[in-house]
Amino acid sequence: MNGKRTSRRHFLKTAIAAGASTALRQAPAVAQGTSRVVVVGGGFAGSTCARALKRLDAKLQVTMVEASPTFTACPLSNAVIAGLRELKAQQFTYEGVAGDEVKLVVATAIAIDSQARTVALDSGETLSYNRLVLAPGIDIRWDALPGYDEAAANRMPHAWKAGEQTTLLRRQLEAMEDGGLVVISVPANPFRCPPGPYERASLIAYYLSTRKPRSKLIVLDSKDVFSKQRLFQNGWKELYPGLLEWVSLSSGGKVTSVDPTTNTLVTDFAKHEAKVANVIPPQKAGRIAERAGVADQTGWCAIDPVTFESRLQPNIHVIGDAAIAGGMPKSAFAANAQAKVCAAAVVKLLRGETPVSPKLINTCYSLVAPDYGISIAGVYHPANGQLAEVPGSGGISQVDAPRSTRSLEATLANDWFRTITTEVFR
Amino acid sequence: MNLERRLEGRLVPLNVLSMKLTRLSIAAAAVLASIAAAMAASPESPVGAASCSGCHPARPDLESAVPRLAGRNAADIVAQMRAFRSGQRAATVMDRIAKGYSDAEVEAIAAWYAAQQ
Repeated sequence: MNGKRTSRRHFLKTAIAAGASTALRQAPAVAQGTSRVVVVGGGFAGSTCARALKRLDAKLQVTMVEASPTFTACPLSNAVIAGLRELKAQQFTYEGVAGDEVKLVVATAIAIDSQARTVALDSGETLSYNRLVLAPGIDIRWDALPGYDEAAANRMPHAWKAGEQTTLLRRQLEAMEDGGLVVISVPANPFRCPPGPYERASLIAYYLSTRKPRSKLIVLDSKDVFSKQRLFQNGWKELYPGLLEWVSLSSGGKVTSVDPTTNTLVTDFAKHEAKVANVIPPQKAGRIAERAGVADQTGWCAIDPVTFESRLQPNIHVIGDAAIAGGMPKSAFAANAQAKVCAAAVVKLLRGETPVSPKLINTCYSLVAPDYGISIAGVYHPANGQLAEVPGSGGISQVDAPRSTRSLEATLANDWFRTITTEVFR
Repeated sequence: MNLERRLEGRLVPLNVLSMKLTRLSIAAAAVLASIAAAMAASPESPVGAASCSGCHPARPDLESAVPRLAGRNAADIVAQMRAFRSGQRAATVMDRIAKGYSDAEVEAIAAWYAAQQ
């Protein structure tokens, strides 16, 4: 009797120490209705996931950790830069999330112990979890582009995290005299929002063509091909002839260093001294991913395509821009879709059930002008351990579509933003 | 089935398409009703449904050119998805998305939405 009990206890202890298992530790917690899920990050991915978890299982204790009390959305922020929209229209509070009985903690997660299953916060508090969802978005690689550090970003804004940087770039464009040179530099893949740099170039070109028509915009690219390329290039030819010049990698477009003192971007072939320089720098998963041990050598997080659980650490799921989601781009739509699938998988795993193989959509609109929208869409499913596009699905807007279709897609872009931000934040 | 074949491969004016879809709806209604009954109580969405609300508003009060799906007739949703997939119904993105879904997936999603208020 005694011997038996000891060996069972020993087995339990060993299993827990090995971090092996989920079922043994979670079963009692589920029975008491006290399974704990911590979500780190309150963007499109994190906020969606936290709310979806509570809706799927009201008994779950869901805590969302987010450093800022207000969220500033990136989609449509290029319209803010071009003076077509105000930053306020991009901002959301977390009242809706809290209204779903998600516990909000305004703090920064600074360390994660995947063995003890705890998250340490900068406030000194420690949260424990049965499962952790990381939705940390991106961080800038401050060491990747010579000359471009945090101080340089005050002179040459990246505006790749919406907020003060967005306003700074807008102010610089507004302050520039007609006839000035604006330069945008674009990194190699992967990065947040693949069509984003080209939408930004389009809307800055729109601003210049309507307000400062003698100006010039150069896009220095570290790539030869990009998202919705034909659609963008056709739109540029039609709307901004002679104003916007795209320099591909093979034409010497790759920026190798910058000098913020002179606002200069350097390539292997030329130096561009800009009046306004927008440096979109190389990126990586938000820093907590690295601290949690879920980021690999690429700086991003490999995940299981069914559950979004990290390939590197058990019980930690990664969603949104930080994840390597195979064919799915780093978009707000994808983040929202992944978050709902991940929430359903987490709930099933906590109950000891097997998550079902999901199917996800991505849809991304870009504005080439305020009334000229284009899109890319795709349907994805797990295949060979990755999220792959379902054969025959997806693609970009028709290349030869009439202007009425472009106008409709511009309307749909705005409608999409209203719908998704309502679902996520309101 | 005959009806589907007749619709296939040609552009049909919207009002005619809508009439035909209504007839198709009646035919498919019985099958879908049983799926709907089974799904009604489930907060868990069928495979591929979670993404839809990224564009299709969940709330009735939200202004959008994209229709709300909750409470819509399941057979209508199925018929529209088939029309998007075959190209009979003009679309911006739904043609590209519909091609990524099987009939069985669409039927389950339609039934799930139909069961909602």
